[in-house]
Amino acid sequence: MVSLNAYLMLGAVLFSIGAVGVLAHRNALIIYMCIELMLNAVNLTIVAFSRFLNSLDGHVYVFMIMTVAAAEAAVGLAILIALFRNKPTVDVDEINLSKG
Amino acid sequence: MELFLFVVFSLITLVSAAAVVWHPHPVKSALFLIVTFFAMGGLYLLMQAEFIALMQVLVYAGAVMVLFLFVIMLLNLKPRGEDRSAFRKRLRWAAPLILVFLGAALTAVTSPLAQLGPSAGQGVGWVESQGGNVRAVGRALFTHAFLPFEVTSVVLLVAVVGVIVLAKKERR
Repeated sequence: MVSLNAYLMLGAVLFSIGAVGVLAHRNALIIYMCIELMLNAVNLTIVAFSRFLNSLDGHVYVFMIMTVAAAEAAVGLAILIALFRNKPTVDVDEINLSKG
Repeated sequence: MELFLFVVFSLITLVSAAAVVWHPHPVKSALFLIVTFFAMGGLYLLMQAEFIALMQVLVYAGAVMVLFLFVIMLLNLKPRGEDRSAFRKRLRWAAPLILVFLGAALTAVTSPLAQLGPSAGQGVGWVESQGGNVRAVGRALFTHAFLPFEVTSVVLLVAVVGVIVLAKKERR
């Protein structure tokens, strides 16, 4: 059986890849995708703990996180389309209307 | 066999996740993300989380990524040449920060605190005694996790209303 550590390490590396993407990209769509990647890494960690504790509470949590992530993607992309209507760019450096 | 499948699925996951970050074209990034989600579905199956694996494929690889591809194609984004050197520059200062984080996380994860044997919690074979993973999760969702289940439906309702308000054309 694969140990818990292997799954946790995979989750940590996946989360780091997503975080690098969020920091290094300026395209809002790719930043959203990297956020999804980070959420998935957390889901993987939760399911791994759930498996090794022989409990299903983690699955309920992951179910909630997936719903929230789907809602977040829908709302975020709608915001992006609304912004694109006013200013045709998805570069987060150029979207600075509410900057003080 | 389980170890072999774990190695295969985690390699696919990691390589395609790196390709999501590295690839200059947003559409191809999204396609690599779909591959990542499928491989993670395989990992969930390895952990005997069949319900979560199905949700992963249906919700993430299906619904969410279709939404992403739809928006990318709607906005008709093209990769720009000058972005690449700026991206490399940002990558150079982002990588050390994340490596520090990764080092801390791996230290925590490999510490003795994160050692759990398969006999912890409810014990081996508990899920099987409930009639399988999907039935057990369903029972949990409709009994002691009923409130979070209902809250997710409210979250979805709020998201639907919010998206319609945001994407609607303003009439003046």
